[in-house]
Parts: sequence; structure tokens; C-alpha cells
Amino acid sequence: MERKRNIIIAALVMVGIWELAAFLLNTMALPNPRAVVSHALQMVSDGSIIDDLLISCTRAVCGILLALLTAVPLGLFIGAEPQWRRRLSPYIYLLYPIPHVVLLPLIIILFGIGNFSKIFLIALIIFFQIIVTTRDAAKSVHQNYYYAMQTLGATRLQIYRHVIFPSALPKIMTAMRISIGTAVAILFFAESFATTRGLGYIIMDSWGRADYIALYSGIFFMALLGFFLYLLLDIAERRICRWTVVH
Amino acid sequence: MFSIKNASFTFAAEDHQNHVLSDISFTIKQRSSCAVIGPSGCGKTTLLYLLAGLRQPNTGSVEIQGNPTVGTILQNYGLFPWKSVNQNIGLGLELQRKPAGLRKKITAELLKEMGLDGFGDHYPGQLSGGMQQRVAFARALAINPDILLMDEPLSSLDALTRERLQNLILSFRIIKGITLFLVTHSIEEAVFLGSQIIVLGEKPGRIKHVLQNPDCGDTAFRKSDSYFSQCRTLRNMLEESVNGTET
Repeated sequence: MERKRNIIIAALVMVGIWELAAFLLNTMALPNPRAVVSHALQMVSDGSIIDDLLISCTRAVCGILLALLTAVPLGLFIGAEPQWRRRLSPYIYLLYPIPHVVLLPLIIILFGIGNFSKIFLIALIIFFQIIVTTRDAAKSVHQNYYYAMQTLGATRLQIYRHVIFPSALPKIMTAMRISIGTAVAILFFAESFATTRGLGYIIMDSWGRADYIALYSGIFFMALLGFFLYLLLDIAERRICRWTVVH
Repeated sequence: MFSIKNASFTFAAEDHQNHVLSDISFTIKQRSSCAVIGPSGCGKTTLLYLLAGLRQPNTGSVEIQGNPTVGTILQNYGLFPWKSVNQNIGLGLELQRKPAGLRKKITAELLKEMGLDGFGDHYPGQLSGGMQQRVAFARALAINPDILLMDEPLSSLDALTRERLQNLILSFRIIKGITLFLVTHSIEEAVFLGSQIIVLGEKPGRIKHVLQNPDCGDTAFRKSDSYFSQCRTLRNMLEESVNGTET
């Protein structure tokens, strides 16, 4: 309860600062929050934003899921199998520091300008964030846990299911938290051209038309999308990693 | 019932061979109990790993007659923090793909027997050391073992809890007929629980003395004269075995 109260207070403080800044700067480039929120609400009530919101949300969620479904199993495997770790880690080491976002032209050449390119770009970038964390988490599983499983006659697959995966889960969740911020940022980048739908497009289009209220409404919805995903993860984490929160 | 013959164990460290155990031979009869005592780093835990099949001896052999079920309790309990007490206890049965109904029944019985009623949905991190130890007992007992291997099971507990759990361990042998093998660093524990006590010397661990202790097997033994005299004998053996290395 106290946490919720503090979040609400923080939100009000930030809106207050925005209001104050808008008042002091008195420029078109920073409209006051009441104008933005009322415009945003109107976009919801007349339904004009729903399509773009849904499509952006779908792209972000699909990108995150695609990354998760590939990076987690691979990361667990590389982390838990020392021989493969030695063989495959150099690839991660070399590929991770490359700014993957520059691959966008290549991705578009390969997959076209449709939704899949955007999803793929998001997935590609957070794939590396998740695989590195997952690998390191799987690597650091204490030997005692393996022994305990072996004495119970577990197969390798059972060790993955009962030990390696659950012990890595809290760290995977942390990687996901970081990835959500990245995913929304990449979403904006991917939607800022070669598309006419999505929140990124709304923002860029409004900017081009110098419609700052619409521009900020787009930003508002983009922030809301990130917040919504964060909230979803928070709820999931409390259910899945209950053992880390009860004490 | 099972015996270890001329076993030695060496592992290769960075720049030298680390001789952990040398020429170990002894036999443990069915329904008897064997306690191993010795200074820290003498290879007690490694000896238990050999018996549990977690490590293979470099020379010599471990021979087990019949096809007994072996339960193992590793140091620091080896409980999985991400599994509830019920899930921890039922894990061995789950790995053996026993039906859920049977698993629930056995888990409930063991909860009651170990005095853990009402804690089935707790996580290990929420329990005291003594309770965690009892969960570890319950998990090992769930697979209905003929032999129980224990690595310093009571080392981190306070004196009273310790005595209560020593009585419990004793009952595993007397009531359930389980053969016990126990690694300990406590003279009193070795005498109270081991019908045969093996004293290991320092690196490389080799057997310095074997003390037969036929009077053990009753909780009243703890207060008898023969208990105190056995403790004294064992103390002398232990001091002799580390003589010259520690002073």
C-alpha cells in the first residue's frame, strides 16, 4: 500500500514539475500537461489512437517474446554446459558490443518493411541483453544444487527444469526490466519511418506538422505503453518468483 | 551391506595433484551406522561423495550389495529455495514420475512425522535452521531409502535442537531400519550416532583409527558412563591423529 501511495506521489510531483516548466518556459515546444492529457483522452474517446496503440503494443510484445523464447533456452544451455560455453561465448563476446540498431537497413532488405522487420529489430537487440544475463545466471548455479539433484537420480533435462531455470529466473526478470525500456526505444526508432501506423509514426508525423499537443500525446501513449509492460512484468515476477519476495 | 576398498581420490589442481583420500577401506553392515570424524579438510565430504556416486575413486572401488535406495543429505541441506517445503519433499518422487496422489500422501505423512505440519507451503528461506534440516530429512526419506548418507547434517544448529534431531536420526535406524553413514566434526555426535566410528587423519585423508561403539542405539546412552568413556577414547584418537600438524 505504501509503495502504491509513493508511486502516486511521484507521478503527481512529476506532473507538477512539467506544469511549472511549461509555465516558466512559455513555449509551444512544451505544452502544459492538462492540454496534452485532455487531447490524449480525446484521442481515446474518439478511437483515433486505439489502432496505433494496439499495433505498437503488439510489435513490442512480439519482439520481447521472440527474444525471450530464443535467448532464455540458449542462455541457459551455454551457461550450464561448460564445453559449449567455451565454444559459443566468443560469439556473444564479439557480437554483443555491436550497435545492432545499425542493422536496420539489412533487416529491411531481408524481411521487407512490414511488421516483422520491426519485431525482428526489437528482438535482436534485447536478445543480447537477455542471453548475457541468462548465461551468467545459469553459470553461477551452486554445485551443491547439482549434487542434490544427482543424488535424487535426476536426468539432465530434469536438472534444467528444477534447478537451472528456476534459479536463473530472478536474474532473467531483471534483464527483462531493462529490456522493456530498450524495446520501447527501439520501437520508436523502427516506427519513425517506412510506416504509417504506430505511436512512433504519430510522434514523427506530429513533429513534422509542428502539432506539439499531438506530439506530446504520442509521447504520453508511448510512455504509457512502457509503463503498462513494466507493470505486467512486475505482476508476473511476484507470481513466478514468489520465493524471492516472501520473508 | 556396502563397502569401500582401497579407495583413493586425487584431483588435479592448477599446478599440482591434490591427494584428498588415500587407501580407504571399510565395510558398513546393514542396519548399522557409521560415523566419520576428522579435522577440517581431511576429505570427509569427498568420502561421502564417493559413497553417493557423485565422484569416482581414482583407485579402489565402492561396492554396494543388492540394489538399495540411497538417500543423501548434503551439507547446508541442499534444499531448493525456489521450491516450497512440499515441493522440496516431493521432488525425489516427482523425478521418479510417481503419481501426484501418492506424492501428496507421502509428503503429508512426512510433514507430520517431522513436526512440520502447516509449513508445507512455506519456502525454505522462511524456516529456521532446525526446520530446514527436518525438510532435508523428509526429502531424503520420501524415496524410502535403505541407506542414508549425511554430511554434517546438524553443524549449524543450537545445542538443544541438535540433540532433538540426533534422537530423530537415531530413530531412522532403530525404527525404520535404515543404514546410516554420517560425516561429522562433533565427538559427541559421532559417539551417540555411530555404531562404528572412523577417524580420518589430515591430508591426504587416511583411516587412523576405527572405534567400535556397540552400545549406541538408545537415547538413554547419552547419559551413560560408557558414552562418556567412549567420548574420551575418541577424543584421544582424534588428538593423536592430528598430533604434530596443529601444534
